[in-house]
Amino acid sequence: MSRIGVFICHCGENIAGTVDVAAVTQAALDMTGVVHAVDYKYMCSDPGQTMLKDAIVEKKLDGVVVAACSPRMHEPTFRRTAEEGGINPYQCEMANIREHCSWVHEKGTPTTAKAIDLVRFQVEKVKRNHPLVPIRVPVTKKALVLGGGIAGIQAALDIANTGSPVLLVEKSPSIGGHMSQLSETFPTLDCSQCILTPRMVEVARHPNITLYTYSELEKLDGFIGNFKATIRRKARKIDEKLCNGCGVCQQKCPVKKIPDEFNEGLSNRPAIFVPFPQAVPNKPVIDLANCTYFKNGKCKACEKLCPTKAIRLDQEDQIEVHDIGAVVLATGFKTMPVSNFSEYGYGKYKDVIDGMKFERLASASGPTGGAMKRPSDGKTPQHVVFIACAGSRDRLKGVPYCSKICCMYTAKHAMLYQHKVHGGQATVFYMDVRAAGKNYDEFVRRAVEEDGVKYVRGRVSRVYEDDGQLVVKGVDTLLGAEPVEIRADMVVLATAVQAQNDAEELAQRLHVSYDPYKFFAEAHPKLRPVETNTAGIFLAGTCQAPRDIPETVAQASGAAVKVAGLFSQPELTREPIIAVVDRQPPPVFSHCVGCFLCKSACPYQAIEEESIKNRNGDVLKVVAKVNPGLCQGCGTCVSTCRTKAIDLQGFSNEQVFAELMCI
Amino acid sequence: MTDLKVGYYPGCSLQGSSRDFAESLHAVAKALSIELVEIPEWNCCGASSGHMLDHLLSVALPVNVLLKARKAGLPQVMAPCASCYNRLATASHEIATSPATKAQVESVLQTSIDKLPRVLNVIELLAQVSDRIAPKVTKKFEQTVACYYGCLLVRPAKVTGFDRTEDPVEMDKLVAAVGGKTIDWSFKTECCGASFSISRSSVVGRLGAKIMQDAVKRQAEAVVVACPMCHSNLDLRRGEINQQLEHKTDIPVLFITQVIGLALGLPKKQLGLGRHFVPVKFPAKPLAPPTVP
Repeated sequence: MSRIGVFICHCGENIAGTVDVAAVTQAALDMTGVVHAVDYKYMCSDPGQTMLKDAIVEKKLDGVVVAACSPRMHEPTFRRTAEEGGINPYQCEMANIREHCSWVHEKGTPTTAKAIDLVRFQVEKVKRNHPLVPIRVPVTKKALVLGGGIAGIQAALDIANTGSPVLLVEKSPSIGGHMSQLSETFPTLDCSQCILTPRMVEVARHPNITLYTYSELEKLDGFIGNFKATIRRKARKIDEKLCNGCGVCQQKCPVKKIPDEFNEGLSNRPAIFVPFPQAVPNKPVIDLANCTYFKNGKCKACEKLCPTKAIRLDQEDQIEVHDIGAVVLATGFKTMPVSNFSEYGYGKYKDVIDGMKFERLASASGPTGGAMKRPSDGKTPQHVVFIACAGSRDRLKGVPYCSKICCMYTAKHAMLYQHKVHGGQATVFYMDVRAAGKNYDEFVRRAVEEDGVKYVRGRVSRVYEDDGQLVVKGVDTLLGAEPVEIRADMVVLATAVQAQNDAEELAQRLHVSYDPYKFFAEAHPKLRPVETNTAGIFLAGTCQAPRDIPETVAQASGAAVKVAGLFSQPELTREPIIAVVDRQPPPVFSHCVGCFLCKSACPYQAIEEESIKNRNGDVLKVVAKVNPGLCQGCGTCVSTCRTKAIDLQGFSNEQVFAELMCI
Repeated sequence: MTDLKVGYYPGCSLQGSSRDFAESLHAVAKALSIELVEIPEWNCCGASSGHMLDHLLSVALPVNVLLKARKAGLPQVMAPCASCYNRLATASHEIATSPATKAQVESVLQTSIDKLPRVLNVIELLAQVSDRIAPKVTKKFEQTVACYYGCLLVRPAKVTGFDRTEDPVEMDKLVAAVGGKTIDWSFKTECCGASFSISRSSVVGRLGAKIMQDAVKRQAEAVVVACPMCHSNLDLRRGEINQQLEHKTDIPVLFITQVIGLALGLPKKQLGLGRHFVPVKFPAKPLAPPTVP
């Protein structure tokens, strides 16, 4: 006979405001096997946990059901408490009456009835629970950082400085990311390159960091502490050891007219190129799509002229597999393509540009050397209009969220323009100015008050060309919604921040959850902001949400601490929720007939073959065996097994059917 | 070639101020084997004053029209007037997205309103049969024109779901199909003043002047429209428009159906070309191609 205790949490008003907790308690007491039921305002608090612990001892409980929030939230908490009370932690189950009940239903009798049902399921389940022992696994103390922008750089340096080796993988030929393209940074106007490039060099020289640029993560297998990362190192067609970065190949390459990605297409580059002079590593790469030799088999100018004979036109991609203990995702963002916004004329008029192009125009390392010259004819624009929220906070044609950085960078752009073009006029069309941050609002005030940037509160309806000038039609909502028309020489759009194109695909490959906008989801929006729901995978920077440099760096350091914490443990424990093939004694017995349908069904390659032998060593039967290190407890094999030889510990067929049968 | 049978909702203007639109539409439809079935006992669509004064009326009136079309077994309804089109499409959209409005309208009309016919504008209809047009062209329409869409054909995007809201191109494609050239200009969807044509014609003059000025500057020989109000504002109110302009404009304003009718070689009288205020005539020699992008 079971002795089960049921503990019902009010969660303040979260549950008690909708569910009649007293009625749930009363109903629980009537369930077979329940000897104790109690409700309390905050079950997860110290008095609540003590209540649970004491009840286990006093009432001699052998199973516990906590009816409260999602097991994702507090199952570990209550299992620990149950263990302290003296029972096996896996004899404690959670009935989720918050996310699955009180938060999604209105107050009323049916809601309370559902809560009672949810409790009854778990009571039936816990009666059939068996004590389980966590699996202990070793930790590989090496981190993989994916993405070499400022987030990845910071995370890699911080982890490396704790003494653990780091593999930093960047898909483009150089690290540096978007930050390396920026001119100056708000709110201090220090030059982006001056603060970033030393960090890039530090990464390259750090003894604990292995830097793989022009490489991609193909596959990630395994689990926390024991990942296997398959990395594709794309062929640069260069022997990096021999190349000394002299640059002769770039000068001699006959193909010159390829739009330069680093300069956002404002200048051209050859087919063999280093993205920018301060690139790390400062080794060129051949752009296969545009190289004459790879297009029609002739040329080889670079190979003939390279003084160190470093060109390797026959070089192939290399695949490497690394043992990894933890992963930091720092894959960054992209800006929204403006093709949705034909009213702004982007793509049609050369002088309508986006914020990244403006950064390159304003940058000392840019195509104009930092001189303010417009793309169409190289003239100095005398009037520049900046349009904030091009795509952000636009539910119809853009994204509903605020991209967070645009108010600040638009103020910075306008300010830089005013500094560079004396007598020029910058006008900003805005919805609201969101300048929350240390010294941020002061920065915007400075743009308005000291540098004379005009701020017009209103949206722009159209940008068109008239007599060679751009006409910006908009509205000034502070002047009683008066239509305004401004003749401008250049228009800059503050385009929305979006997740990378391949973010969704990457998230699915790594089993990391993501939000509707394909930003990677944190485990908890407030209390676990750098962890994902997949243990051992952490987040840094704009792959999680739009954010600026200070925030990105802070989050990257946070992720690094999480990795360091993980690596400080001698070994990890894993949930014993895994599949097992029945092997009851005598040893020859198993229901498994060796059909291995489970093997093809398993997404984690966790099914192995095992021979059952007699004492003479003759093979009697080959049966399936689950590798406990690889099994993720998904249960696919259980449903595939024709002879019901496989069962999932903690979610056995017996338990699941018992839950269903009590409805 | 099989006949395409489409419900036809004339609305008030096609029988009054825009008879030329109606005449050319019928002539072109006949030439392209489109059977326009006038919806029996149709009523007002609720444009102009109706939808400003009473929300329920603004949905119930067009829904009633669509119900009559459904009863007549018409899966598609084409409303040539952009304003009618917008009312019908908006009502359909509201019924589809707001269960409360749907219930209210059902109780007023005393019937269930599921499976309403699809609402089309004239450009959508012609685009459906665009493959029939090219083989029938007898005389290429070799003019350079500005396609002017106005506001109601393409907006709001979630209601009409038609073309690119800010830079529509479907009418340009039709003109190209009959041999015409279209200019790339900035006022495709700018406001023409719509019904201010009656109450405050000075506003229409000011707004129309900007549209006509840009069209002429980019060397358009005509403006092509698909809306009775766009037409009357740019044609009937040309006097007011020219008062605002230094250089008077005299290029005609044609309905898209008239352009296609001309290319199909239909007689001018059938196309209502004599009913315009600005005479429909083109320069004897085509002008040099426009240089402004």
